[in-house]
Amino acid sequence: MCGIAALQVRDPALRPRLGALLAGMTCRLVDRGPDAAGVAVYDEPGLLPAGWSNVSVLDPGRPDWPDAVAAALGAEVDVRHVGPTAVVRSRTTTAALAGAVRTAVPEATRIGRGRHAVTLKGVGLAADLTEAFGLDALGGTQGIAHTRMATESAVVASGSHPFSVDDDLCLVHNGSFSNHATVRRTLRRHGVEFDSDNDSEVAARFIGHRMAAGDTLTEALERVVGVFDGFYTLVVTTAGTLAVLRDPIACKPAVVAETAAWVAVASEYRALAELPGVETARIFEPEPGRVYTWTS
Amino acid sequence: MTTTAVTVDLAARPVRDLNAALHAPDPAPRWRVVNPAGAHNVAVGVDAPVAVQIDGPVGYYCAGMNQRADVLVRGNAGTGLAENIMSGSVRITGSASQSVAASGCGGLVVVDGDTGARCGIALRGADVVVGGSVGHMSAFMAQAGRIVVCGDAGHSLGDSIYEARLYVRGAVASLGTDCVEKPMLGEHLAELAGLLTWAGRDEDPAAFRRYGSARRLYHFDSANHTAY
Amino acid sequence: MQLRESATFDRHAIAAIQRAADTGAYRIRGWGAKRPLPHFDDLLFLGASMSRYPLEGYRERCGTDVVLGGRHGATPLRLEVPVTIAGMSFGALSAPAKEALGRGASAVGTSTTTGDGGMTPEEREHSTSLIYQYLPSRYGMNPDDLRRADAIEVVLGQGAKPGGGGMLLGQKISDRVAAMRTLPTGIDQRSPSRHPDWTGPDDLAIKIEELREATDRRTPVFVKIGASRPYYDTALAVKAGADAVVLDGMQGGTAATQEVFIEHVGIPTLAAIRPAVDALEELGVHREVQLVVSGGVRTGADVAKAIALGADAVSVGTAALIALGDNHPRYAADYERLGSAPGYYEDFQDGRDPAGITTQDPELTGRLDPVEGGRRVANYLRVLTMEAQTIARACGKSHLHHLEPEDLVALTVEAAAMARVPLAGTGWIPGAL
Repeated sequence: MCGIAALQVRDPALRPRLGALLAGMTCRLVDRGPDAAGVAVYDEPGLLPAGWSNVSVLDPGRPDWPDAVAAALGAEVDVRHVGPTAVVRSRTTTAALAGAVRTAVPEATRIGRGRHAVTLKGVGLAADLTEAFGLDALGGTQGIAHTRMATESAVVASGSHPFSVDDDLCLVHNGSFSNHATVRRTLRRHGVEFDSDNDSEVAARFIGHRMAAGDTLTEALERVVGVFDGFYTLVVTTAGTLAVLRDPIACKPAVVAETAAWVAVASEYRALAELPGVETARIFEPEPGRVYTWTS
Repeated sequence: MTTTAVTVDLAARPVRDLNAALHAPDPAPRWRVVNPAGAHNVAVGVDAPVAVQIDGPVGYYCAGMNQRADVLVRGNAGTGLAENIMSGSVRITGSASQSVAASGCGGLVVVDGDTGARCGIALRGADVVVGGSVGHMSAFMAQAGRIVVCGDAGHSLGDSIYEARLYVRGAVASLGTDCVEKPMLGEHLAELAGLLTWAGRDEDPAAFRRYGSARRLYHFDSANHTAY
Repeated sequence: MQLRESATFDRHAIAAIQRAADTGAYRIRGWGAKRPLPHFDDLLFLGASMSRYPLEGYRERCGTDVVLGGRHGATPLRLEVPVTIAGMSFGALSAPAKEALGRGASAVGTSTTTGDGGMTPEEREHSTSLIYQYLPSRYGMNPDDLRRADAIEVVLGQGAKPGGGGMLLGQKISDRVAAMRTLPTGIDQRSPSRHPDWTGPDDLAIKIEELREATDRRTPVFVKIGASRPYYDTALAVKAGADAVVLDGMQGGTAATQEVFIEHVGIPTLAAIRPAVDALEELGVHREVQLVVSGGVRTGADVAKAIALGADAVSVGTAALIALGDNHPRYAADYERLGSAPGYYEDFQDGRDPAGITTQDPELTGRLDPVEGGRRVANYLRVLTMEAQTIARACGKSHLHHLEPEDLVALTVEAAAMARVPLAGTGWIPGAL
């Protein structure tokens, strides 16, 4: 149970302000989720140089671990500490980097990976975390953020959203699934592994699993409606694409606002109130059971 | 005689101050609220013959439980606009989220734009006029009152409806269980004309269709098991 | 030849199948779960002897007062005894029954609660502390009564049917009940299982703020949950801003619900308390956000055991109706005409209650004298309190709230595991790490 905020920038002039706008949206939703928060930003050159890969982990706190990753990778890595998150960067593939992180620091929870998206998360209030992440100073093409009120899983950083389980695929969720344990078992039988006991991670893994099998993002989300039961507003991003899906009953809130310069999704109007030009934006609520996508 | 409105800037003062002032004995007759920025619970529980104009978007439960006041929102509204309204009026120039006028007992709610899902859910006597369209499951279990939709209605309109009356001008995606179209008689045209006039709209009542309860669910019957 | 009944297809199972085949309808009834369940009876107190000293039974003070709902600065309920009257609707109960409960509760300085149907003037007038339930149906809900209430109880569910809405059959929808609920007279009324304008704890936090704003932050807001996942639900109620949590176990009564729901959904009261207390302790608010437990409380021993496990107060519903005269042998002939007997009558949905309590029939309702009923309820509440004090003094406690789990042992492995107290005579708590 949570607050959701997502912003995709269409006007390149707005890119430097992406982080500041997203931080404002997120902090306005802190009442919906005071337990934890997280964010993923796409194409922020300071966080991730173009062409590089990253794997972000909850900082394991052991001093020599970056060297161990480099040794396992057999290539240079660069670690950037961002609040409670450490972003491991290299010029290799994400798969190679993720494998090396796993081998070298198996105790570190991996929270995100990709060549465009960097995921940052932690426990506590959104205002404290966005400050720790330095979100105000970050730019980018799109971002997705979440404030969490834990329902049936633990209040730990690994249970924070976004769930980024495949390259540049990030998911945030407001609601609760009522059959996630069964979907989790099914995915496990297909070899999918999980990092948390969180129901939202199951949706992220399901979408990743389907896309790996050849589904488009839209097709994978359409399958979610048939497979998952319960209440959900999902916002999912891939490199260049932002998608929204609400369950067929659609109890959990969602508002979309769209201008020529940006498209934003949030749990509530108050998250949108400070966006530039929101007064003249096209504003609507996503219909139940329908997949919406926007491509930058 | 016109009186100057008391202005409350929600960028400078909390919603608590506004509501406390509106709840005080003999509040000023006119109020203007600026910079609401989507705040929740603006002008909740007012019970006085005051006019409140809110310039900007509001969050959940704006004008909830309203009694006697006339509230105007120049912007959009979140969930539960005018929930449990008892009397007076609530009007918004933009769109409203889900559960507009939920369990509203009396008074008038006018939404110039669209509403989300469950508009008029459990309505108990209030009147709702929507200039645009309403979302799915609108008028769910609505007990009494009238809902006028100048645009379209989403799926399952009037599901499990009791005695509320629905008037829709546009397309109805689907009717909910036990909701049926009913003939538009002279008395209904007159009632609808009155509602449209009250809401300040100029649609032609003859362009609307009427929906209401088939009253097949009023007594439990095992043959209806798929309906529950 | 010796006849042997099947344990699987026993007489109840056979009768249920035959009934389903005859009528094509599921069984709806009142009362709570009838199956045997681990309960407070499976626990015993360890009275003081040498290692601890008892208080003198009739001379040394044992406090019973409790304050509910002061956490956020509202005016809390200050009750003289930690036993309150649970929410029961006007509609399910007659107006004189509601009045009698108010009279009885007020006489001993405790609270009573409205129900799914609104507040009647009779119960408001005769209740010094009245908790106003805020329910999914919103039947009878209005801001005037909200402001007249001493506390607001946002109801998510009840122990007899967590996840289910209420029902009130047409026999009981009299003109007055119908008018209060804005429904046609005589229809079978179904209440929704979710609130119309919020779903989930994030929205509930905003809803609780609305209720506070509407009452100028003077009125405490409680949240009532049916026991199913009490650890998570209690934590979420606290996070959403509840001043107190009301936790109703599966033995909790109901006026009309599908029997399959009553017997098969939810967890026993005994199993629900410790997880709820865990949540409060982990959030650092145990005894600050009060826990009110209900569902099968009958005796002062039950009161003392619930408090020892961590509750701040308990609520009684079914037991209060019995105190009023429900299932009394004086109506034996009437019960027989309805195919029942004193002690077995459960058809609260039916509207023909001979005791005049769960009915709207004017003649039957007239059988209940609210003054005499109030006197009986007050007597019963006093006995519950004195019994609980008797036990607490024996355990060396000068206040009921000083009872603790370490004062208890269990008679069965199941109860030991659920209450997390040792099996009597051992140090073994099954499942403890």
